[in-house]
Amino acid sequence: MTDNSQGPISPVLEVRGAGKSYGAVRVLRDVNLALRPGEILALLGDNGAGKSTLINAISGVHRLDAGEIRLDGVPVAFRSPQEARSHGVETVFQDLAVFDNLDASANFFIGRESARFGWLGPLAPLRRRSMADAWREEANRLEVNVPRGGQLAALLSGGQRQAIAVARAVSYATKIVIMDEPTAALGVRESTNVLRLVRKLPERGVAVILISHNLEHVMEVADRAVVLRRGSVVGEAAPTPDNHERLVSLIVGGGQHMI
Amino acid sequence: MAEDTRAPSDRRRAYLALVGLIRTVLPTKGPAMATESESPVGSEFDQTGGSGSSPSGSGWGFPALLWVLKLGPLFVLLVLLIVMSLSSPYFLTGRNIQNLGIQSSIVAVLALGQLLVIICRGIDISVGSVVGLSGVIGVTVAGASWAGGATVLAAMVATGLAIGAVNAFFVVVGRIPMPLIVTLATLGIARGMALLISGGHTSTGFPGIINTLGSGYVWVVPMPVVVVVAVTVFVFILTERTRYGRWLYAVGGNPEAARRVGLPVNRIVASAYMLCGVTAGIAGVLTAGRTDTGDPDAGNLLELDAITAVVIGGASLFGGRGSAPNVIVGALILGTIRNGLDLIGVEPFWQTVAIGSAVLIALELDVMRGAIERRLRVRRSMEAE
Repeated sequence: MTDNSQGPISPVLEVRGAGKSYGAVRVLRDVNLALRPGEILALLGDNGAGKSTLINAISGVHRLDAGEIRLDGVPVAFRSPQEARSHGVETVFQDLAVFDNLDASANFFIGRESARFGWLGPLAPLRRRSMADAWREEANRLEVNVPRGGQLAALLSGGQRQAIAVARAVSYATKIVIMDEPTAALGVRESTNVLRLVRKLPERGVAVILISHNLEHVMEVADRAVVLRRGSVVGEAAPTPDNHERLVSLIVGGGQHMI
Repeated sequence: MAEDTRAPSDRRRAYLALVGLIRTVLPTKGPAMATESESPVGSEFDQTGGSGSSPSGSGWGFPALLWVLKLGPLFVLLVLLIVMSLSSPYFLTGRNIQNLGIQSSIVAVLALGQLLVIICRGIDISVGSVVGLSGVIGVTVAGASWAGGATVLAAMVATGLAIGAVNAFFVVVGRIPMPLIVTLATLGIARGMALLISGGHTSTGFPGIINTLGSGYVWVVPMPVVVVVAVTVFVFILTERTRYGRWLYAVGGNPEAARRVGLPVNRIVASAYMLCGVTAGIAGVLTAGRTDTGDPDAGNLLELDAITAVVIGGASLFGGRGSAPNVIVGALILGTIRNGLDLIGVEPFWQTVAIGSAVLIALELDVMRGAIERRLRVRRSMEAE
């Protein structure tokens, strides 16, 4: 799987020489990354390794100090998550994904509500019925089990809430879905459900960047794992049980930084 | 995984503590609440608290409790209406019902605007002063020979809009993170301006349209009540049926996520303060038209009533919750308390004490609702495993 990945398919996303500093702290240095269409790439690393900074740069939350990001070979510099979204890059932010006080359908459509008389802009009346139907259809297609009847997200389980967030990203992304710890805080079965959802993405021709601390989950879904440490890419490996030790030592810097 | 097993037991302890708290508080909340909730909720508590093992019980006690909290305001209002009508023979007379409507209308209009601000996690305590200022501006403009009724009306509403815009400016553009203090400042500014412009004197002489709005009748329905109905319908449609409404709730529920999904958060928050200012201007019109006076002291402490009405109506000061019909229920609860205490002959100073207490109870219930929802979510998550 890793050998033929160096084939002629051009990457959907390329990060070249990415650098970012906060004051005197260099959080990213010369990071290079390529993501192929339909690939699930795991981004591994300890806390503070620079994973979040990297995906924030890709998804338009922050901008890089150095280097460039290419989407389908074209250099891009997103100024907001919304701009990234309009280019087909969706992000599921950790802990920031769901509006507790809205129901599943409202969460799914937030910011893209379907409305009559669109020229009224924000004052346009919502098509609530058709949005609820569309959400139910999409939930069925993704086999997401969320109770009907407009329950507030506050009352749904962690897995159901995450499923809504992932479904939202999945349904609108045309190129890349970035997920930051989608299974953190979930139990075993709910994690399995979310991972199953993640595995469906390549069927839609969408590439995935997955951040996770859970190597088991990474091995379950990812095609490739890239390890960041102290802001640099320190290695890459296929996430197989054979490579488990190697990945762990890459993440924690086993042996090399003992002094 | 080790964490997964530890966390619920901590939550369980918190939950049991909460159960104890609710048990002590609920019976004092009001007769209706107690009788409505005791049987299903009590048994659920016993079951879960007693067995203490399986979290996946029948699990409808919490939804029932949430339902009670949701419909609570309506029960409280009904009970108040019954109690008051039994306590005073005058309560249910047509004249008194009209009075109740008129008295509640000003608070209701203010509260509807306040609701928009509270939904998006803000608060506006300047509205009472704006009522005074818009009355003074109105009577001053009315004194000019060139000004017709429509001009006076527009000036009064524009006064509210202007103060709302100042609030919005400092909260959004000025990025002062404490709307309470921002609006406390404009509370002082607006009241001061009202006193300065009027020289501290109350004046009369509003054009017909203002007096009609404040003290006219459509058949037996007082005009202020008609105004309230119109504003309620407007706010209801705005919040429940439009994109804007969705965004308003989204901003209140999770401002950072709203920003990340690309909602125009700043414009939404600013518009809420401005609309709140407009409703304060309208409340100023109703206040001035009621007695044909521009009184610089009018509306004193009305912000407390407005906020109380919103909170009693089940909105959350944590943002993202609340609805226009419930705000009307909240305003009617306040109106009934004031009106009823008057009729029974309780010293009027007690009214403010009663309303201050009511807001504390409502806030505590809001906090408890959050705790119950968290508990319910944990249970659902555990059931899903």
